[in-house]
Amino acid sequence: MLASIRNRFQLRDSTKEAIAGYGFLLPNLIGFLLFTSLPVLASLALSFMQVDLIAYPKVFEIVGLENFRRLFSDPYFWKYCWNTVVLMLAIPFSIAGSLILALALNQRLKGVVFYRTIYFLPTICSGVAIYVLWRLIYNPDFGVLNTLIAKLGLLLHLPLEGPNWLQDEAWAKPALIMMAVWQTVGGYNMILYLAALQGVPRDLYEAAEIDGASSWQKFWAVTWPQISPTTFFIATMSIIGGFQGGFDQAYIMTGGGPNGATTTIIYYIFNNFYEWQRMGYAAAISWILFIAIFVITLIKWRAFGRTVHYY
Amino acid sequence: MEKLVDVKKLVREAKQRNFAKKTGTYLFVIAGAISMLAPFLWMISTSLKPLGEVFSYQKPWWHDWIPTSFVWKNYVQAWNVVPFARFYLNSIFVCAATTFGQVATSALAAYAFARLRFPGRDKIFFAYLATMMIPGAVTMIPVFILLQQLGWIDTYKAVILPPLFTAYGTFMLRQFFLTLPKDLEDAAKMDGCSYFGIFWRILLPLSKPALATLTTFTFMGNWMSFMWPLVVLNSHEKFTLPVGLAYFQSLHHTDWTLLMAGSLMMILPILLIFIFNQRYFVEGIRLSGIKG
Repeated sequence: MLASIRNRFQLRDSTKEAIAGYGFLLPNLIGFLLFTSLPVLASLALSFMQVDLIAYPKVFEIVGLENFRRLFSDPYFWKYCWNTVVLMLAIPFSIAGSLILALALNQRLKGVVFYRTIYFLPTICSGVAIYVLWRLIYNPDFGVLNTLIAKLGLLLHLPLEGPNWLQDEAWAKPALIMMAVWQTVGGYNMILYLAALQGVPRDLYEAAEIDGASSWQKFWAVTWPQISPTTFFIATMSIIGGFQGGFDQAYIMTGGGPNGATTTIIYYIFNNFYEWQRMGYAAAISWILFIAIFVITLIKWRAFGRTVHYY
Repeated sequence: MEKLVDVKKLVREAKQRNFAKKTGTYLFVIAGAISMLAPFLWMISTSLKPLGEVFSYQKPWWHDWIPTSFVWKNYVQAWNVVPFARFYLNSIFVCAATTFGQVATSALAAYAFARLRFPGRDKIFFAYLATMMIPGAVTMIPVFILLQQLGWIDTYKAVILPPLFTAYGTFMLRQFFLTLPKDLEDAAKMDGCSYFGIFWRILLPLSKPALATLTTFTFMGNWMSFMWPLVVLNSHEKFTLPVGLAYFQSLHHTDWTLLMAGSLMMILPILLIFIFNQRYFVEGIRLSGIKG
């Protein structure tokens, strides 16, 4: 009797737990709704609209698929897509470099932590400051790179002269690619590779040695297949990052030029949305970008199951 | 007798081969370290040069790397030609607020997802996961319009609030909480400890390494964050360091000594945090690479 009265006035434990659950979640959920999930829907809606926020009254006009139609016949869009893909050439170089560095550090050297720290510096510092630095390094007249090239020329008695890296349409992309490799080669990927290498079972190497395998054969027959999940993970993550990348460095170093040679998709979105106030058009581009990333993510899920990885 | 000599010879040869291999590896690793460091050394040396030395080759060659005289005044000047101190304070404020908010809201939500049962939990969690692959560019545009309608453009609120709630941090801490044993919490519950008490007094103290990792990562990301502050801030006195440095560059395009001094001052806190916290860093990256 007493228990049933108490039950009537007291919340059941499961109800209390649910209330607590929502309470803990709430601060995050409000932000999640306001700044992530609703904006995603709003962005989809915007991509079917023409928006003019400067006019009075403000214009929000539904134009159907017009933005997408324009997008597909926009030569700049295709050019910038191409730029984005070309700049992703940094990825295979960077991954190969990361693996080589990890293999070297995995040889039980002294001072691994020291080297690992130094290799990580470019990644940790990447940002505006580093891009300002590389703008100086690539300076055609007194940048350190062309100085070295000129000195090498003197040494070999060849008329070597470095290009005008960032202002030459042919050299701007290679310049950004080289910088990206320097930035990423000793970073996250190398550490993931180091962890993966330490996870390869010893007895596989012992078995290979008994069969008389050389170091080279051991690498291709044991190491490479064993660490292939890591390679695949790094590759997909890098491609996903690559599709969305290229803004900060191009904004600081080239302004997207010369002649649009370093403008990437994200930079084009920024220009449309921020510089030219074409909100609807920018939203449409961002959705195309999203779809591209979604496809890569699906491929990743296929391989890994639906686990989420994060950096 | 002869056979024994052969064995000795074989061992010696193997040792020599091993030594050669080790030396080669060391040389390679050191060469790698030098090429990683060289741009930074160039940065430091340029920041200390008299301006004229930047534009000309020096003799002997090593004066390209070590200035003929050290101009410490460059740092003072960089600090004064733009409101650098102001940028610094802005960055510290924005970064501290964003990082604290991100870690706090993530930890609370992660506790709910990891330990409490409530209707719709798994659906909401899946929604969180699903949004993690959405590029920031997609949400940036509507959020910008929203802030514009609220009249929040060019305020600190606009820089701090939108990135305050991350699915990423929530996910990471949830995964960590799930690895902790539940016995302690059950015992505390028996003793009548509230849910918040359990979270505050048991879960958080046990999660110090994970929290340190998340805080370090988030702080660094926020310190370098460029596009969002660039978009929402207009007045110089509100700029964070990256935006301020870009502004500095647009004003003093060729004052390389000052630009390098400014850039170095911007990355200095990051370098210090990294060097002292790198253990958390490496752990955090390793965790992220492990499936599940």
